[in-house]
Amino acid sequence: MTTHVPALDIHTSEHGSKPNYLNVTKGFKSWALTLDHKRIGLMYLIGVTAAFLAGGVFALLVRLHLWEPHGALFTNATYNQIFTLHGVFMVFIFVIPAIPGSLGNIVLPLMLGAKDVALPRLNLLSFYLWLTGTCFALYAILAGGFDTGWTFYAPYSLYTNQAVVSIGLGIFILGFSSIFTGLNFIVTTHKMRAPGLTWFRMPLFVWAIYATAILQVLATPVLGITVLLVALERIYNIGIFDPRLGGDPVLFEHFFWFYSHPAVYIMVLPAFGIVSELVTVHSRKPLFGYKLIAFSSLAIAVISFLVWGHHMFTSGQSTYAMFAFSFLTFFVAIPTAIKEFSWVATIWKGSIAMNAPMLYTLSFLIIFAIGGLTGVILGALNVDIHLHDTYFVVAHFHYVMMGSIALAFFAGLHHWWPKMFGLMYNEGLAKLACGIIFVGFNATFIPQFIMGSRGMPRRYATYVEDFEMYHKASTLGAIVLGSGVALMVGYLVHSLLAGKKAMQNQWGGVTLDWLSPTPPPLENFDTPPVVTHEVYDYSVLDLKTLQTPVR
Amino acid sequence: MSHDHGHSVVVPAPGPGFLPHTVAHHFDTPTQEFQSAKLGFWLFLATEILLFGGMFAAYFFFHQAYPETFHQGGKQLSWELGAINTTVLLLSSWTMAMGVRCAQTSQKNKLLVYCGLTVLGAVIFMVIKTIEYMAKYEHGFLPVFGGMGYDEATGQLAWYKDYHGVMEGVPFGNLFFSIYFTMTAIHGLHVIIGAGLILWIMKGAAKGRFHAHYYLPVDLVGLYWHLVDLIWIFLFPLLYLVP
Repeated sequence: MTTHVPALDIHTSEHGSKPNYLNVTKGFKSWALTLDHKRIGLMYLIGVTAAFLAGGVFALLVRLHLWEPHGALFTNATYNQIFTLHGVFMVFIFVIPAIPGSLGNIVLPLMLGAKDVALPRLNLLSFYLWLTGTCFALYAILAGGFDTGWTFYAPYSLYTNQAVVSIGLGIFILGFSSIFTGLNFIVTTHKMRAPGLTWFRMPLFVWAIYATAILQVLATPVLGITVLLVALERIYNIGIFDPRLGGDPVLFEHFFWFYSHPAVYIMVLPAFGIVSELVTVHSRKPLFGYKLIAFSSLAIAVISFLVWGHHMFTSGQSTYAMFAFSFLTFFVAIPTAIKEFSWVATIWKGSIAMNAPMLYTLSFLIIFAIGGLTGVILGALNVDIHLHDTYFVVAHFHYVMMGSIALAFFAGLHHWWPKMFGLMYNEGLAKLACGIIFVGFNATFIPQFIMGSRGMPRRYATYVEDFEMYHKASTLGAIVLGSGVALMVGYLVHSLLAGKKAMQNQWGGVTLDWLSPTPPPLENFDTPPVVTHEVYDYSVLDLKTLQTPVR
Repeated sequence: MSHDHGHSVVVPAPGPGFLPHTVAHHFDTPTQEFQSAKLGFWLFLATEILLFGGMFAAYFFFHQAYPETFHQGGKQLSWELGAINTTVLLLSSWTMAMGVRCAQTSQKNKLLVYCGLTVLGAVIFMVIKTIEYMAKYEHGFLPVFGGMGYDEATGQLAWYKDYHGVMEGVPFGNLFFSIYFTMTAIHGLHVIIGAGLILWIMKGAAKGRFHAHYYLPVDLVGLYWHLVDLIWIFLFPLLYLVP
């Protein structure tokens, strides 16, 4: 059986003489000007992790403030800035670039058997655009902050006396970073596949990143022009969104959600991709419904362009439009549910390895089921009128964004960590951290579902005392969640300093990313791979490589 | 590091006066490089169309909301100047297409001439555009250059003065000129960027970088220029002729 495995020179790297991408060149410039997708991916990883931690600190501040009904820490105006910072950092600077920029960059070319992404310079440019956009955000904080919420709704964003133009330009630039990443991945998937790697032999992570990339390329420009118009509006009063000048704020909402609903799928599709990979590898079983999952990613990419109006059920749009948007919202749940069922069916009767990546994946499956189903509840017109702008909505999208996407990101990080560094983290601590995060997350957001359904509005700095119990429970949950994340960062950093050597193929994957040397050399493969087996065909697994330590 | 440079593919020059082209290290063949760049560039053009798409959506929305305003506003634009500019851009698209053809057939001097003519078209277009903007400025219709600020008490916009009272009696005349200016200014920015790219092509062409075996950048800049032209072909009737 092992004769099917392409000649990949795993055994030559045993001798330990060959340099890998981490140590092939040294010095600041060799990183700052690198064109290597793995190094760019690592720089993204450091950047988005820092953004995630900053966003997490803002979240903890929000929760601590809400410990008291009248607010424990800040003035109401400062509170508005803090939750806006939380939203902007988490959505635009962390979640959107996180998985494609870091894991996508590192893993996608490996999975395709390519030496690099198709457009390496554009890849580096995309990282620097991310950095520039983030600097604009930091500047906006220094220039007085911004208090519009991450949605920048007009007309408030036009009138508020804060640094909206700086952050708007930052988001414009971040948008182009996202567009160029997506563009690069589409071209890479089309043009850089190894011989024999047909479309239906591609790992599902590639399919997911490909569908994401379509959304990034087609939706993000609309956000770009929208924030540009807001900036022009604020500086020069062009009037398109300003009702005093004949403009229409609802037009802003349409523009914003035309991007930002697909953006939800820009965020979640890569997470689906990670979960698809991990359920098969850690159950040692081919995916149930491979083509269904692949096509459902594309179906989501198409349908998600047509559901933006469900964010605007209370905006006064036409009743007929609301029917259509509500129906399409239910409709987009179908390909999503297909995935969830396929993952569960993949695990069923598999030989499940209960390691850290798998525990994060299982946590995802549970949390995403709740996050997805509450989305369907909100898609129903009459229910949404009641729940609109309450903590129920907040809890719903945190179940998707934090509980699903961030957990899938952690799962992928733990899964490819030995691949990236050739080092292992402490598995016991990793399982413990996963447990703490799972408990803390649910403790944070289940109370929010309850108080939301009872009418607690989102974004308020104070609340009536009836909600005190739920807010206190939620804050305690957030502290548990935060300590779980801190533990995770701790043992991951520790593994870089004093981690044990990983195995060549730590988990027994059969996609090309696991068949390349670990950590990969500069151009990924010692000899160009040729794919002769179907995807997730575990019969080709060379058991010997599983016991081969790195170098 | 020999690994890094060991297997670069070099495309030979077709003759004296031309330079060979080295295929980027991560590609196996020149065809793969060409097709990758071209696919990427088409995707980039799609993002440009969507960027303008937002503004077109705003145009149609406000045209629907205030038809008299757009009727009256369109009459303030000079369709003659717009028509001249349309002709200039169409001709420049033709010269650009000829330039790409000359690159493909290794005709260095003709490539330079056609690129030069295209840049000339861009300059004429921008000069006429500036004349139009100056006229709007004199009528008190030009956002951005016309000043900043909005007086809430009087409802007076700094840039929207309507000195000759031609927009009196229609609601929110400022919106027509906002949309006219935003769309044409962002388009004009693309004209300037396009002209800069063509000048960059001319620099490379003078050195002999582009020839029958390697003309990818000429091809891509050509596509960009056609997109700039195409967007104007929609802007001209919508802004100047619809009234």
